[in-house]
Amino acid sequence: MPLVFVLVPLIALLAINLPLGSLGKKLGFPTAALLALLQIGAVLFAPGAWANPSDFLGGSVRFAFSADRLSLLLLLSIGIAVLGALCVARYLFRDSKSEEGPRFFNLTILAMIGMNGVSLVSDLFSLYVFLEITAVSSYVLIAFERQKEGLEGAFKYLILSAVATVMMLSSIGLFVLAVGDTSFASVAKAVAEGGGDWVVLLAVGLFVGGLFIKGGLVPFHAWVPDAYSSAPAPVSVLLAGIVTKTTGVYTLIRLSGSVFANAFHLNLVFLAVGILTIFVGALAAMWQKDMKRMLAYSSVSQVGYIILALGAASPLGAAAAAFHLFNHAIFKGQLFINAAAVEKQTGTRDMDQMGGLSARMPLSSWTSVVAFLSAAGIPPLAGFWSKLLIVVALWKAGQSGFAVAAILASILTLAYFLMLQRKVFFGKLSERFASVKEASLWLVLPALILALVSIGVGLFFPLLWDTILVQVAGI
Amino acid sequence: MIVIFVVLGLMVVSSLWTVMTRSLVRSALGLALTSVILTILMFQLGATMAAVFELSVCAGLITVVFISTISMTKALTHAALLTKTRDRLKRYWYLPALLLVAGAVLAFVLSPLPFEAATPVPAAIDFDALKQMLWKDRQTDLLGQITIIFAGVTGVIVLFKERKGGQE
Repeated sequence: MPLVFVLVPLIALLAINLPLGSLGKKLGFPTAALLALLQIGAVLFAPGAWANPSDFLGGSVRFAFSADRLSLLLLLSIGIAVLGALCVARYLFRDSKSEEGPRFFNLTILAMIGMNGVSLVSDLFSLYVFLEITAVSSYVLIAFERQKEGLEGAFKYLILSAVATVMMLSSIGLFVLAVGDTSFASVAKAVAEGGGDWVVLLAVGLFVGGLFIKGGLVPFHAWVPDAYSSAPAPVSVLLAGIVTKTTGVYTLIRLSGSVFANAFHLNLVFLAVGILTIFVGALAAMWQKDMKRMLAYSSVSQVGYIILALGAASPLGAAAAAFHLFNHAIFKGQLFINAAAVEKQTGTRDMDQMGGLSARMPLSSWTSVVAFLSAAGIPPLAGFWSKLLIVVALWKAGQSGFAVAAILASILTLAYFLMLQRKVFFGKLSERFASVKEASLWLVLPALILALVSIGVGLFFPLLWDTILVQVAGI
Repeated sequence: MIVIFVVLGLMVVSSLWTVMTRSLVRSALGLALTSVILTILMFQLGATMAAVFELSVCAGLITVVFISTISMTKALTHAALLTKTRDRLKRYWYLPALLLVAGAVLAFVLSPLPFEAATPVPAAIDFDALKQMLWKDRQTDLLGQITIIFAGVTGVIVLFKERKGGQE
């Protein structure tokens, strides 16, 4: 019964907000962490249990949630990214008297409910509702510290998200007008039969445009670097790792696969926007001095790969996109945890002021190496396989030019990550940082676990291919 | 039919209040009220699905977002407010006239009213259809709406509740 992925966090959220005095405050982290762990466990150990719809009272109450392999892959990614963000927050908001910790955990659970809902719904309006839950939680999380920078980042995200909302609601209105229903099945049927119906075409265009904004794709990426870099460290982990990937990228994979299936040559739009996003993101990343802004632009670039894979308009392309989304959640979450560790220990994010930190922070340095090698697609790490799948999918779809461009862009990825590693961790240690120590276990351990996941997924890829990705490809 | 015109009239009054009131908070609440009246009108015209969407999006979430945003603003001084009002009257004096002309043209073009020839309009709100829509067709959204309201309340608490020591 997939409803549990929404209902259990909601009940837990209400429970920890009961007037329990200081006990309620103490329960925030363990409850949120337990929810994330249960979610990971539920997906890994009982993947077959979530396919049936959620019925109550003998079927008189039915929630239209359903989970296929693609949903499960996203639920797993959400569990992992949320757990990583919680560890960082547990360390940074460790003052038991402060309200910050409990409030952060509340908002994280809310964002988790929104993202879980997005992964399970099968109706455009329900999708919009759960996207808004995630968005509202995200605005508040970005502005969490109520500093000028964070408020500005949240405001930019709010304004662009509002534009996306208007586009998606208009699209839903048009679908109601043209189809009379907003369920994925009805919309898919109307799109397949629609042919040259301009109302359906406009509705598809508006919804996809809205999702492009939510996903931070070029040319709608202006909010991404501000939101990611101005947000507190655990929020950056959450946003970059999974939130925008769920709201803007998973939704595109889901809809392009089964609802808007290659409507009106949508794949050509994906190819054009994907390749543009890869290059603009990568080139902008090379010019950044702020570590988090560089990672933010890198995130934009990696999302481009996922959208490019959708341009192949094939099951293999969809599987490659979903796998890269999962890998991105792992390596980008890890890099933002490393950035949090560096910022906490040095007090700066300016890479020009850093150098030689690997001598003082060896674990953070080497986990960072694993993450950027995976992001650049170096074998045998997980990122290599997803990028290889993307290239193969494009090649098989006859898009060899885009496949070659994707390979070339990987060199850019490697270049800016090498710059980051050299400026921050390698070289001569600055005297200013002579007394810096390795970060707390709360920051090092999640990075270490995520690095092991990147290595493990890479080494056991054939097993994953047979058990998960082939079925994802069947969406 | 008379009921529809009464509700329509209420909606016009509520919309006018929304744009005329000087308090931003009252204006946001007026917008929510207009949405609620529009919802009732939609129910009466038999557009249950559109009504549910209108209620959940405009009267629910949008109001939370507006009130949150307004909480961040600062009130103008009386003198500044007077200057602004005079300036606004000078710049937008033609808008009410335009509205009246547009209304008259629409009334002329659409006469006789289109819904007279359309499917029969239910005399009262069809509560069975409403129940069917909310509890049978859109339960998933209801769960989402409850969570959205919770997210809005949490957001307002996090961003606007005064911190210890009086810092805002």
